Amino acid sequence: MSLIQNINKVFDHRIRLGIMSALMVNESVDFNTLKELLAVTDGNLASHIKALEKANYITITKQFIGKKTNTKYRVSETGKKAFIKHVDALEKIINHKKR
Amino acid sequence: MQEKDYLKDIKEIKKIMNKSTRFLSLSGLSGILAGIYALIGAFLAYRTIKNYFYIGKYDSINPNSIELKLLLIAFFVATLSIATAYFLTKKKANKEGQTLWNTTVKRLLLHFSIPLIAGGFLSLELLNMGFFGLIAPITLIFYGLALLNASNFTLSNIKYLGIAEIILGLIAVNYIGYGLYFWAIGFGVFHIIYGSIVYLNERKS
Repeated sequence: MSLIQNINKVFDHRIRLGIMSALMVNESVDFNTLKELLAVTDGNLASHIKALEKANYITITKQFIGKKTNTKYRVSETGKKAFIKHVDALEKIINHKKR
Repeated sequence: MQEKDYLKDIKEIKKIMNKSTRFLSLSGLSGILAGIYALIGAFLAYRTIKNYFYIGKYDSINPNSIELKLLLIAFFVATLSIATAYFLTKKKANKEGQTLWNTTVKRLLLHFSIPLIAGGFLSLELLNMGFFGLIAPITLIFYGLALLNASNFTLSNIKYLGIAEIILGLIAVNYIGYGLYFWAIGFGVFHIIYGSIVYLNERKS
């Protein structure tokens, strides 16, 4: 029972997990790169980004390159800690079941 | 049931972390072909030099023609290798649903090209000063450093190819005058071996 409690509900989705994974190992990632990486539609990606932003796990910076906007995403300190805790929990569950 | 899902999550995390930092669509076949081009080039260069020194087809009107010929061979081998790598890698990337011009490719090329360009300029300087014998070791060493530098941004086992090139270059320093043979090993044989390893891994997965 205690093993499950560290599982973070916010990350319990493939796309959110993917967004966080990419942000953890990159300084920042832009929208189109995320879209290609995860093979999702604009709307789908945007809604999951919103969920992560709402939880304060990621920060968003908007820049103008010429006339185009370039939106970049970074993981926040809170997000980093939450993600590490989540991955630890996943690993513990897997190791526990193996035994 | 639950357990399988979590394992899948971990695998997905690893996959995305790899894919977002490394460009993994390098084609093994292009490595093999580059090695073959290099061996053909080395053979042609060898024949050119042999004709010049031993058979005496000395071109008195244009004594620089041998240098020009060797440069042309080197140029064709390099161009053909880059073109092959470009087309085959593009094909592989398309098949894997990746575009060729993305962040990981840019990062890879940047880190690969800095040592390579430095080595290129150093080689030109050495040529100007007449240190022909050092060109082969220097190009091998800097090419190895470029591969080592690139290994953080692509298939990580490319670092072994880089280390092998560096060691070969350092050995070559002791055998000035045999540069062509070391080039044939470093750019020919090593590429064929490494390309084959990548190619076999591709087919396995």
